[in-house]
Amino acid sequence: MIEVKDLHKGFGDVHVLKGISTSFEKGKTNLIIGQSGSGKTVFLKTMLGLFKPDSGQILYDDEPYSDLEFEEQRGLREKMGMVFQGSALFDSMTVEENIMFPLKMFTKMRRKERQERANVVIDRVNLQNANNKLPSEISGGMQKRVAIARAIVNNPKYLFCDEPNSGLDPNTATIIDNLIREITIEYDITTIINTHDMNSVMEIGDKIIYLQDGHLAWEGDKTQIFKTDNEDVTKFVYSSNLFKMVREAQLRKYS
Amino acid sequence: MGYLHDIGKYFLMIRETFVKPTKRSVLWDLIFKEIDDLIIGSLGIVAFISFFVGGVVAIQTALNLNNPLIPKSLIAFAARQSVILEFAPTFISIIMAGKVGSFITSSIGTMRVTEQIDALEVMGINSLNYLVFPKIIAMMIYPFVIAIAMFLGVIGAFMAGVYGDFVSAPEFLEGLQDDFQPFHITYAFIKTYLFAFLLATIPSFHGFYMRGGALEVGKASTTSFVWTSVAIIITNYVITQLLLS
Repeated sequence: MIEVKDLHKGFGDVHVLKGISTSFEKGKTNLIIGQSGSGKTVFLKTMLGLFKPDSGQILYDDEPYSDLEFEEQRGLREKMGMVFQGSALFDSMTVEENIMFPLKMFTKMRRKERQERANVVIDRVNLQNANNKLPSEISGGMQKRVAIARAIVNNPKYLFCDEPNSGLDPNTATIIDNLIREITIEYDITTIINTHDMNSVMEIGDKIIYLQDGHLAWEGDKTQIFKTDNEDVTKFVYSSNLFKMVREAQLRKYS
Repeated sequence: MGYLHDIGKYFLMIRETFVKPTKRSVLWDLIFKEIDDLIIGSLGIVAFISFFVGGVVAIQTALNLNNPLIPKSLIAFAARQSVILEFAPTFISIIMAGKVGSFITSSIGTMRVTEQIDALEVMGINSLNYLVFPKIIAMMIYPFVIAIAMFLGVIGAFMAGVYGDFVSAPEFLEGLQDDFQPFHITYAFIKTYLFAFLLATIPSFHGFYMRGGALEVGKASTTSFVWTSVAIIITNYVITQLLLS
């Protein structure tokens, strides 16, 4: 479980996060949504420790994280997995080497053991015949799978995903969403996804928080988001006619 | 003020590069890879340039020797002094600022743009140590490149001088040994070590702290070349003042 208490973060005169408090539970897919510039990425990167908060606390299973020095954070960081928006695979390494990288850095496994473990997660994310290819030689969807495989190879307790299905076709995006959800349940990890994709909100949002101008403006789950009367949330989520129709159908179903 | 800030940031980066070391077995792999990219990959261009620059120095010296009282062996003497003191260590380092420096800035800058550096940080890896330290170690072999440049520069001068009929082979060999001061070699290698450090760290600084996209990677590479060259020229002046004057 990850708890965030009164988190503030700014850059110069710009106050980006303005006192966010929330919690993310284990075994659930937690989604952060909000308009561009609302502070989603800063929030995610502050939770990861890439930005130091100006004030407030981040607790990983009751262990304060943001107060720790780099060396002390290291132990906790080894328990984190991150899927970046652009996958952030290492260009000079093959798919297999990318996936084995966290094992090479943090375990004493021999190469053969690392390969065996990598192949387990490669199978899990349904990547076939790509072990020896470079990231530039595979499609965007496959790159996302490799990024997910790299993120879970070291059995993380926390998985962070920054817009994991951006730039993917709708079918691949759904496959990636489902994969993340399955992995979250299977590995019993706390997953936090930063997304703009309303399909993800409706499909996998066990918990959804809506950020607006650096504030937490709404939180709930995928069922509650259909019923909410928060104007900002409805305006953001149901901005297209398709989603308006989906909402009406869902409301009819619930009533 | 901005320049002072950047200079301070550069020294903080250097300090950060030497702490929180990467796992040793991984580090060795990285160092060998950097030796291949930065040193071995530069040998061809260095050999080519050195050979022809040595030749040009010999020809130009010969063409300017109009006085019959000045011995032809001066061609070899001038070529040796020019190549050992300046052309090999300084001129080649400026070329390397373009070749190796741009490569370092663009590769680290691209890693920044594509969030690969963030990925390293998230994993708890000291990205500066992981990316910059192996480059510094690899560049400690750089004097070997300069030694080759010195050798080939003199060979180039010999070929151009002797086969261009400007000087005879015995005269050239006599001039080559004339008034030779071993300290000049020491001086050349001392400054080469300093240039090697600058060549590894200044381009890394520009790549690591860049912001933006592909266009900024290009701009950072150009800026890095300019500042590495400036730093090399200033260091060259200071070292020459300190050691030779």
